[in-house]
Amino acid sequence: MSVKDRAVGGLANYVDERTGAAKWLKKNLTKVFPDHWSFMLGEIALYSFIILLLTGTFLTFWFDPSQREVIYNGNYAPLSQVHMSAAYASTLRISFEVRGGLLMRQIHHWAALIFMAAIVVHLLRVFFTGAFRKPREFNWLIGVGLLTLGIVEGFLGYSLPDDLLSGTGIRIAEAILQAIPVVGSYLAFFAFGGPFPGTAFIPRIYTVHVLLLPGIFLGLITIHLMLVWYQKHTQYPGPGRTEKNVVGYPLMPVYMAKAGGFFFIVFGVTAFLGAVASINPIWLYGPYTPGQISAGSQPDWYMGWLDGLVRMSPPLETHAFGHTISWNILIPGLILPGILFTGMALYPFIESWMTGDKREHHLLDRPRNAPNRTALGVMSLTFMIISLINGGNDVIATHFHLTINQIMWFTRFGLFLLPPIAFVVTKRICLSLQRADRELVLHGRETGRLLMLPHGEFVEVHEPISPEKAWTLTQHLQPEALTVAPDDLNGVRNPAGLKGKIRARFSMAHAEQIAAPTAKEKNEIEGGHH
Amino acid sequence: MSNEISKFTDPGLPEHVHRRADSDPKAAKRAEQQVAILFLLSAAGTVLTIYAYIFMKSNTFIFLPVLGDTNAQQLALGVGLALSLFFIGMAAVHWAKTLMPDTEVIAERHEFRSEDVDRADFVATVKEQGGSAGLGRRTLIKRTMGLSLGLLGLAPLVLLRDLGPMPKKYFNTTDWKSGTRLVTDPGDRPIKPEDLEVGAVAQVLPELTSGTERTLENIGKDAVLLIRLRPEDFNLDAERLSWTHEGIIAFSKICSHMGCAVALYEQQTKHLLCPCHQSTFDVTRAAKVIFGPAARPLPQLAITVDADGFLVAQKPFTEPIGPSFWERSS
Repeated sequence: MSVKDRAVGGLANYVDERTGAAKWLKKNLTKVFPDHWSFMLGEIALYSFIILLLTGTFLTFWFDPSQREVIYNGNYAPLSQVHMSAAYASTLRISFEVRGGLLMRQIHHWAALIFMAAIVVHLLRVFFTGAFRKPREFNWLIGVGLLTLGIVEGFLGYSLPDDLLSGTGIRIAEAILQAIPVVGSYLAFFAFGGPFPGTAFIPRIYTVHVLLLPGIFLGLITIHLMLVWYQKHTQYPGPGRTEKNVVGYPLMPVYMAKAGGFFFIVFGVTAFLGAVASINPIWLYGPYTPGQISAGSQPDWYMGWLDGLVRMSPPLETHAFGHTISWNILIPGLILPGILFTGMALYPFIESWMTGDKREHHLLDRPRNAPNRTALGVMSLTFMIISLINGGNDVIATHFHLTINQIMWFTRFGLFLLPPIAFVVTKRICLSLQRADRELVLHGRETGRLLMLPHGEFVEVHEPISPEKAWTLTQHLQPEALTVAPDDLNGVRNPAGLKGKIRARFSMAHAEQIAAPTAKEKNEIEGGHH
Repeated sequence: MSNEISKFTDPGLPEHVHRRADSDPKAAKRAEQQVAILFLLSAAGTVLTIYAYIFMKSNTFIFLPVLGDTNAQQLALGVGLALSLFFIGMAAVHWAKTLMPDTEVIAERHEFRSEDVDRADFVATVKEQGGSAGLGRRTLIKRTMGLSLGLLGLAPLVLLRDLGPMPKKYFNTTDWKSGTRLVTDPGDRPIKPEDLEVGAVAQVLPELTSGTERTLENIGKDAVLLIRLRPEDFNLDAERLSWTHEGIIAFSKICSHMGCAVALYEQQTKHLLCPCHQSTFDVTRAAKVIFGPAARPLPQLAITVDADGFLVAQKPFTEPIGPSFWERSS
């Protein structure tokens, strides 16, 4: 044994005698992970979170979370001698005097945008492939929780510099609090330590932003990953892949190298963005004062849909019995987002109820093979995109020479009309794709080669597809609609009643599909004319 | 299910295809060199970062196409850091893809459901242990425990009470009183009607009484926008017309929707626009909402001139300014 082997062996022995880690590591270092590009989306979110922790810690060394009024005398001449909060002044210092400070601010902000984008795209992947189905419902719930907290965390983060733009966002948040019936004005006063803006909110949201929420994030992410580890990753269907196995590469060394390398790639790309792409140049906005504002006030993208809903809301308020209820704030600002996020969180349970499917699923769906779910997803996405468009209506208006009226009315109608259309169109496209799959399996691939038959007819030569491909296209289980027992002959109502009928109707919608081709059908065709 | 019966058969995992580096030592050597080069590029990036941090001046700006004027030090720091990180990642991935084993492995899954025996044992254990603690029988303990835990839940709510004072009448009042002078913001100078030309806009605040300081809270509820039109442009009832002075009309600048500063005035149409949610108010008709989510006009401040000819408030606002709240009565 060489010296090196002995040293490593000695260390391993030392650790194992105190932890018994060898047994666990032996088993888990060879853990298998399936490989697919879409499985990297969640990784991007995870790595962005680590980047956020690192750059965020750097920023706290100089950031002063205080609304104490100071007179600026730093390097940035245009704001010289201007009264501002210590928070804003220290953000200017980070941007202009701390070497690498602006870079870290920009990496931090870019990483936050990427974090949210990665979460959303990861969520879409999980939704459209049905990865949320049993046994992974808990992880879906944790994911929805992370998305929701991410929106809050991002909003609080860009509110910290106390510039004119962020202060305007905080002003709007205060108005939402104030609008809550019965307790609104109390909540607003408690949150801000008195009248808006006061001097309490920056220190308070700082604690929430750097301690409370990151702590919750760490806990939730840990559980999220432990569940992935324990339940083993889902995999796309294909030859050799079943509900009972997982096919991929072992953690050590391939997955460690690839995932570890990917962390550095994500960090590198984010750092590059931070180096060359200016983001949130707070020195251009000036310090916050409630009497001023800049045109084109926009939140970050993940808040845009919310702002868009508020913007398109009709001017509805109820005044009665000496009280006011602002529907124009409550509906778009609280009620609608509440319904959307609750519905999203409950979707795995709703789908399982509708289809009556209580089985475990480890093979992912191809989106076309679950037309109803895919259509629901595209419908919801359409709703969000229309809201988001209206959130940028002022910017869109100036860029595309439209009036805000046109965009507002388009989105007001579009919000109700386009999602159902998207549902129908998506479902039809999915069914057409199923038909195309069926055609491909039964009649083979169109080669583009034309053949003239002896009697002069032209036909296109079709080439049979490989057994691997045929299996991939036909392996999925096709759901069958639930049936409701009819009322019996004596007129006694079926105990399942109306609820059962509704369920059967949903289940029928979910089971709508093109019959997958069978080996028998293919044999018949091949044995027949061709 | 009929489709179960005549399914296509699973041909199984396709045969493993070897890469060139697996069989050809030359290709393996080349891959090794490529990985090494990527690591070296990363090292060069770090050297650039350190060089930029120590030796570059922090106030040198260079002009780059697309990016415009850019701080050279920040750019070099960032690009150096980006390269050093990116190439480590590329090296690791290239290494994994070309030289590490690429045979796919099959692992079996296990069902998550526990064995029936374990489940039964678990239920029995819970029942037995719970029974020995008397949880089922001792209702007095159960009830008092529920009460104490429930009450404890209230403690954090009570403890958070001192986060802020009670709002009392705060949302209903501003600092505008009868006879308060309008002063410019910034500058705090009283103004006369002739200081404003027709078509001009000015932000004003109530004059400070001696010994007081202006806080952001004051500005947040007292900010008023003065706009001068030709008197014949107004389309107001007699009372509201009497609140204007020589074509000068005053509105709260705090949006009646969500409290943003309504700062965009379009001279041609005489519309005020809030940049947050695009609520649009018609100045000639007492800031009536003509577009957007705001449900109420901006409150109008009645103004006149005092004995010295300076603009003053006739009386306080007749309604609360800013966004709605539960206790608002109209």
